[in-house]
Amino acid sequence: MTVRVLTVEDDERIRLSVKLALEEEGWEVDEAASGEDAIAAFQRQPADVVLIDIMLPGMDGFELCRALRKSSDVPVVMVTARSDTHDVVAGLEAGADDYLTKPFAPKELSARIRALLRRAKPAAHGHSRLVFGDLEIIPEEGKVLISGKETVLTKTEFRLLCELAADPGGVFSRETLLDKVWGYDYFGDGRLVDVHIRRLRMKVEQDPANPRHVVTVRGLGYRLES
Amino acid sequence: MTSLDPDARTPRYRLTGWRRFIRNIYRRVRPRRIGLRNRILFMFFLGSLILAGVLAFTTYGLTQSNLLQQRKTAGVNQAIANTRRVQIDLRINPQDFAAAIDQVGSTQRLLWSEDASATSNPQFTIDVLPPGLRLLVIDERRAATMIIPFREGQALVVGVPIDSAGAAYFELDTLRDVRDALLSLRLALFVSTAITGLVGLALGLFASRRAVRPLANAAQAARAIADGRLDTRLESTDDPDLQALTMAFNDMVSTLQARVESDARFASDVSHELRSPLMTLAASVEVMQSRRDELSDRTSAALDLLTSDVFRFQRLVEDLLEISRFDAGAVRLVLEPLGLVEFVEQAIAVSSLPHTNVIGGGEFVAATIRGDRRRLARVIANLIDNARIHSGGSPKVLLQTPGRGSTPSHVWIVVEDDGFGLIEGEETKIFGRFTRGGTAGRRSGQDGAGLGLALALEHVTMHGGRIWAANRTDGIRGARFVVELPLDSYAGVGS
Repeated sequence: MTVRVLTVEDDERIRLSVKLALEEEGWEVDEAASGEDAIAAFQRQPADVVLIDIMLPGMDGFELCRALRKSSDVPVVMVTARSDTHDVVAGLEAGADDYLTKPFAPKELSARIRALLRRAKPAAHGHSRLVFGDLEIIPEEGKVLISGKETVLTKTEFRLLCELAADPGGVFSRETLLDKVWGYDYFGDGRLVDVHIRRLRMKVEQDPANPRHVVTVRGLGYRLES
Repeated sequence: MTSLDPDARTPRYRLTGWRRFIRNIYRRVRPRRIGLRNRILFMFFLGSLILAGVLAFTTYGLTQSNLLQQRKTAGVNQAIANTRRVQIDLRINPQDFAAAIDQVGSTQRLLWSEDASATSNPQFTIDVLPPGLRLLVIDERRAATMIIPFREGQALVVGVPIDSAGAAYFELDTLRDVRDALLSLRLALFVSTAITGLVGLALGLFASRRAVRPLANAAQAARAIADGRLDTRLESTDDPDLQALTMAFNDMVSTLQARVESDARFASDVSHELRSPLMTLAASVEVMQSRRDELSDRTSAALDLLTSDVFRFQRLVEDLLEISRFDAGAVRLVLEPLGLVEFVEQAIAVSSLPHTNVIGGGEFVAATIRGDRRRLARVIANLIDNARIHSGGSPKVLLQTPGRGSTPSHVWIVVEDDGFGLIEGEETKIFGRFTRGGTAGRRSGQDGAGLGLALALEHVTMHGGRIWAANRTDGIRGARFVVELPLDSYAGVGS
């Protein structure tokens, strides 16, 4: 199955050059010049990954991301001008799975996309069903149940949860999670983990402010508890 | 016609030998210029001292003459009264001088005539009286007073002729109490003058502080501005003299700030504008690189050139953007605790010389720092790049403790190379923007953008650390760059 990437970028040259570079990877690339175009294109032909520039005319990248998230768990990569601003966290909170800073090398982009497309690996013991109190994970079906009711996670959130579930009670540092979920080396951005954990808690915790399952271990990382 | 001959332009006058000599002496002797504060202080002190001194002198003079006048009047009155009694006694018994003065219970007395004399004090004789007084009283038969030196002090002598007996009566008052009173007055005045002087000094200190306070404020503001805090302004004041200065100063800073900010914005705008074409370039070059087997040798050689320069250009634009962020004060560090040794090793692993050794890590096995990992890694990568470019060999990275304390508060991350070292005076210049180290040992085409060390300086400073460069001290030629960073903990988390 070929991978479909939707590139949302108002600068035609960048769009074209990125398309050319991604097509070198053997992927199919759809283009959109604005948020509105992107939604239409996505409805016409759902993509496997969406690449969104934050600076778009009209509907901006954050809004587009939120709009897509309403109906889809597709992995989203945000493109931002600066990595040390509020943009990154805002983008992640709008639902993006990862981000890139302009100018980026297309190789970096394809590496990011490949990491996001990795399938959640079946949990360690090959169980078909993992239970942590009221939290239930069915890896094969990609389903998460809270007190028996299904909750919808994005692909990245699901993979993050599965990584934590692979060693229940064990502590995962941000570096480990960045490596396992996003495929980053030591210099990945820890905020990716923090924001995703926050998003995950919103979905799997009864009281996200006092998490029972996804617990912070101060100075060390995170841990999944039942 | 203008003459270009230098000799034609002789000075209007020449300093003759002695003038030059005097000028030299003056230069040597001339005291250093006294500061405004000290001048005010000095004026207050001197002024109060002069004022108090004049007052003291006047008081003393007036008191002295007053006291003497009183004594004189009293002495004369008493002498006249006593003379009358002596006169009466002498009328009864003209020869008995001693009895005559005995009758008068006054101070020190002398009754004298050509034939006989009597005194109440053997030291008070006619000989101690100055000739002038004797002339007046004895010869001219007139009553007179005079202050004469007597024993160690002075004394007031009143002389009254007794015509009936052809004698003269003298009374002597030693003035000791007057002298004592004047002495204590002098002491009191001296002390009060000194106190006034001190009070003047204190007032002067206060006044000079007050007077120069606006100057100190201005100096402080100017220093803050020089340090880059361009939003510093002088507080406005209701003092019309200072208001002009304050306004001019603030106007100047506003202009400067606008200027600096527009410069920074320009750099930032330019870099932002460069990003998009750069993205296109990088992506296109990459597409071409993945198809390089379809290209001829010449074309792929050209493509390699293009690729490496696009990469360099990209780095330059990133550096420019980062430095313009610093200029705009818009850099926000993403701080997190980092295991020191792991961090340094990882930073080296992504640098241009990923196999550089780390020496001295054992001591810091559990140490952590707080930092922005990507920015600090750039610092180390930049230092390694710098060492690679200037030495061409393999640099060393050392972890050291600055002091000898048992638990160090800082760590030194040292990058040493075996290049040509630094030229004298270059140690701080190399941290400037677009300045490069001495050309010795640098290979053309390999040098960075010239922003690496400037950025390293900004990054390290922002982490509360210091960075400096020096020549190696271990006898081997080469440069040594030291990054001093505060340690978050020395013995790991929780201790």
